[in-house]
Amino acid sequence: MSSPDPVTAAALAEELQRPPASDAPDAPDTPTLLDHYLPLPSSYDEMRAGDGELRPHWQYLLDSLRKLGPERIAARSREAHRLVRDNGVTYNVYGDPRGMSRPWQLDPIPLLVRGEEWAELERGLIQRAELLNQILLDLHGPRQLVLKGLVPPELIDGYPGYLLPCIGTQVADNRPLVLYGADLTRDGQGRWHVVGDRAQSPSGAGYALENRVVLSRVLPSLFRDSHVHRLAGFFRAMRRALARLAPCEPDEARIALMTPGPSNEAYFEHAYLANYLGYGLVQGGDLSVRDGALWLRTLGRLERIDALIRRVDDLWCDPLELREDSLLGVPGLLAAVRAGNLTIANALGSGILEHPGLFARLPRLCQHLLGEELLLPQLQEVTKPATAPAYIDGRLQPRPFVLRSFLVCDQDGYVVMPGGLGRVALNSNTPIVSNQLGGLGKDTWVLATEPERQETLVIPGDRAAPATVHESEVSSRVADNLFWIGRYTERAEGLVRLLRVTLIKLGDRFNFQPDVNHSESLHLLLQALTCQSQTYPGFVGEGADQRLAEPTEEMLELITNVERPGALPQTLQALGQAAWSVRDRLSNDTWRVVNEIEKHLRALTQHRPEALNGVLDVLDPLVTALVAFAALTNENMTHNEGWHFLEAGRRLERGGDIAALLRATMIPVTGEPDETLTIEAVLGVTDSLITYRRRYRAGTRVGALLDLVFQDETNPRSLAYQLVRLQQLVDEMPRTQHQPARSQAQKIMLRLVTDLRLAEIDQLSQITTYADGSPAQRAALDKRLTTLENGLAELSNALTAQYFRHEEQPHYLIDPRGNHEPQSAGTQA
Amino acid sequence: MKYRISHVTRYAYSDPVSLCHSIAHLKPRSMPHQRVINASLRITPWPSVTREHQDFFGNRVSYFSLQQSHSMLEISAASEVEVDHQPVPGPDADPPWEASLQQLQDSRDPEHLAARSFTLPSPAIDSQPDALAFAQPSFAPGRPLLEATTDLMHRIYQDFEYDPSFTTVATPLSEVLAHRRGVCQDFAHLGIAALRGLGLAARYVSGYLETLPPPDKPKLRGADASHAWFAVFIPGHGWVDLDPTNNCLLSEQHITTAIGRDYQDVTPVRGVFYGGGEHELSVAVDVDRILPTEPAS
Repeated sequence: MSSPDPVTAAALAEELQRPPASDAPDAPDTPTLLDHYLPLPSSYDEMRAGDGELRPHWQYLLDSLRKLGPERIAARSREAHRLVRDNGVTYNVYGDPRGMSRPWQLDPIPLLVRGEEWAELERGLIQRAELLNQILLDLHGPRQLVLKGLVPPELIDGYPGYLLPCIGTQVADNRPLVLYGADLTRDGQGRWHVVGDRAQSPSGAGYALENRVVLSRVLPSLFRDSHVHRLAGFFRAMRRALARLAPCEPDEARIALMTPGPSNEAYFEHAYLANYLGYGLVQGGDLSVRDGALWLRTLGRLERIDALIRRVDDLWCDPLELREDSLLGVPGLLAAVRAGNLTIANALGSGILEHPGLFARLPRLCQHLLGEELLLPQLQEVTKPATAPAYIDGRLQPRPFVLRSFLVCDQDGYVVMPGGLGRVALNSNTPIVSNQLGGLGKDTWVLATEPERQETLVIPGDRAAPATVHESEVSSRVADNLFWIGRYTERAEGLVRLLRVTLIKLGDRFNFQPDVNHSESLHLLLQALTCQSQTYPGFVGEGADQRLAEPTEEMLELITNVERPGALPQTLQALGQAAWSVRDRLSNDTWRVVNEIEKHLRALTQHRPEALNGVLDVLDPLVTALVAFAALTNENMTHNEGWHFLEAGRRLERGGDIAALLRATMIPVTGEPDETLTIEAVLGVTDSLITYRRRYRAGTRVGALLDLVFQDETNPRSLAYQLVRLQQLVDEMPRTQHQPARSQAQKIMLRLVTDLRLAEIDQLSQITTYADGSPAQRAALDKRLTTLENGLAELSNALTAQYFRHEEQPHYLIDPRGNHEPQSAGTQA
Repeated sequence: MKYRISHVTRYAYSDPVSLCHSIAHLKPRSMPHQRVINASLRITPWPSVTREHQDFFGNRVSYFSLQQSHSMLEISAASEVEVDHQPVPGPDADPPWEASLQQLQDSRDPEHLAARSFTLPSPAIDSQPDALAFAQPSFAPGRPLLEATTDLMHRIYQDFEYDPSFTTVATPLSEVLAHRRGVCQDFAHLGIAALRGLGLAARYVSGYLETLPPPDKPKLRGADASHAWFAVFIPGHGWVDLDPTNNCLLSEQHITTAIGRDYQDVTPVRGVFYGGGEHELSVAVDVDRILPTEPAS
């Protein structure tokens, strides 16, 4: 194939820039979109043939882009980027200086493949999957390929991925290869070639789905009118396959997706797929093998798991029989498979199929095992990658690409996802396209001749798919994370509220009312900040006098220092991590708010303000985001077991905050006007000022404050309200049958609520004076608050012990190596 | 010769164990020269699950799990085995080692192809230039394979000191080679590494050896131990076992439990448990001859 000469290319570019005849009158021209679209010499380009002609199936897309015009294309591209970011679509790169996860980059230009061409490719892929499945069955069974000399024993037995403990295990329906992924590219003539096989747990199907969701939203009419094959059918087949292969009635199969955890590069995808398929997302530590079967450790119970999609590599799945040092797996997992109580997709040991030495022998093995020619040619090294148009720097440019296609075994054989995960290199001369090296994801559109009807995952009456997607079980780990999400959001919100009131007071002093002496009330608030955030010494311990006199530096620390335990950034960071760990439990709307919170966190920490002015501008929207998070979890999450823990965490933290605030501000006795100012500030922090003014026109003011903030069960920001809610939540938490009448947590709550209800406000408001000259204080209140705070800490421990108890680290039995002494001479045979 | 073997492995924990999964290679396998009359495994406390399967090498693997709290685990293997002399090729059937090597590499015979798996490095035996160097004096050009291997075994016996305090399960072969000391596992591994270095097929054998008390002393109970040696594959004949710890070919006093590429494939007991704190291991092995007058139980 000759490379297009510059004249032809220029002519083409000119041709492409001309608006088509049918163009709408208001369509602007696109002078730059295709400028310099010059495919690499002797490489195949998806959009332009060697003679410079546009391939016809691209015409419609180009016309549409031309109609959109450069500004709108750029806007759509930004929109795609925003959607990807807001949905938290990431691909983690180990050692990435920018942090753990980076947003997935999506090219707004899809890869277009004609339907007829795809059908041919499908045949080749199905044959290849069938072949690999047969090879795996043989290598894990009779090993005829080795014993007949078709594959040298050295090749197989010397490969670290050939796992002997996995051999000889019966596999449901003789389908160890349930899922399969093939990386494809084209040669110079445009023929598709396989460049790699993904046989353990092909990743990327979730990204492909997300790309499709985003692109069909960004280019809705283009997508609709292009008659693109839908992806939902593929995922339905996947659910059918897992349900069918599970060792139980398909309708009753409990299926989970096992991830290595939140730090895995493709964790987003694991969470996304689990959610889409309606499977629980589990980690090795959530699971336990008992009675020869696999169980999910949920809140005080064990729930059976019948099938697993695993995203953990073979070797790490079972520390009993495979890698001993693996903490990602489950001891005894292989035994559960061997006992016929568990199906794993793909079967453990399927990594042998990714052996490069096997790859080269596939044509011969295909002949032997299937009696057919291998339909799809293959390449082990790509020197001249095919290119596809990518939208880079505001115009289309040819870039090397790889397409990963996905297959799943259905009842009658393998089915192919119509589409796949395209990836293009950012750089035009990179032959290898990988996410690790950076690159763009690309949706792949298989063009149907007829429009397809819209499909969703669950179709009424579809027997193989359960009629109702029952809610996935809440594992102890998930409940634990939700509990802490509740605590961190409330901790952050409480701290920001107190910070705001304190900042305003400080501003008053500096700017408006320098004459009014109310430093004592300000000091109490500053001390409340230290107590509530537990950032001692701060305004309380050693060196406090100096800081109270010059509070700016310490305040800035609390607001911006990532390193300081208890400071706002640490709490927000911990919130982000906990939320990421249960990504599959949070709706996209909720996740957008998490992103919003992270944005504020960056604003606070990356450009550390020098002074306190302007900090409020960040804190105000942060409170709004935190409130939105609370509202979304409250309104959009099913109030199931998991939610109970989130809510309990929130109430527990708020209760603690109020107690700390009252302790710091109300136990010391101050004169006027400080007492009034302090009461106002406390009411401001607890959002109770309006009620207070409406309700209390007389009476001791501290008593009225305590009435409202301490004992009023109808005030959502009172201590009493938190305790009563906690008691309800604790009562509704799951119980095992054999527990005594009241759990430890229930007993604690009963005591705390009763104590609080019986407390006499008059008595709590009493001031105790001391003969020895110690400062007067409200000693009864002090005592009451201490009991309460201790009780809340006890509750947290009780919940942890009852529900979040993580299995300890496993240990290994001492190896009983024999040491037979040599026989003394004369006893030898 | 008939034997009754008792092999008791006992773990005592300082704290209770809540869950334990274990796999054991403790039931003897049948061999061309060995018949297993009976074999059983008794686990105390009573396990929740027990299963047996055959591994890649045809060994009998027992899996069991204990799910109730326990502070002691006892695995008691009992078996009765009848052992014959292993067939050994005579001098006429022992061609030069190079010819045997060539035959192993060229043959399409399934038995030879299966044996070739044992020419490769394995989890506990990586390729060791030092082991190959150690082998070379025994493998003079043209020397028959079994004769050369027997000489290799003899040199291991002579040059290496039996020293149970020197090595552990984790001691690499290079250490054993450097210090010329070790136990039966180490000597077996050395023999295997040396043979594989030459391209030959060698495998690991775990089992027992009958010990005889000194004359006019009674035999002490529980004083035996499990044992290990190696085997070489002789094309056209089959596997021949050699015991470098005792400088002998396999005798009627050697009882085979399991075979593998190395120790890791046939560890007598391995397990994962939760809780437990510190734990201690004790092992008691008895290998008793069943006299012809005594009926097998």
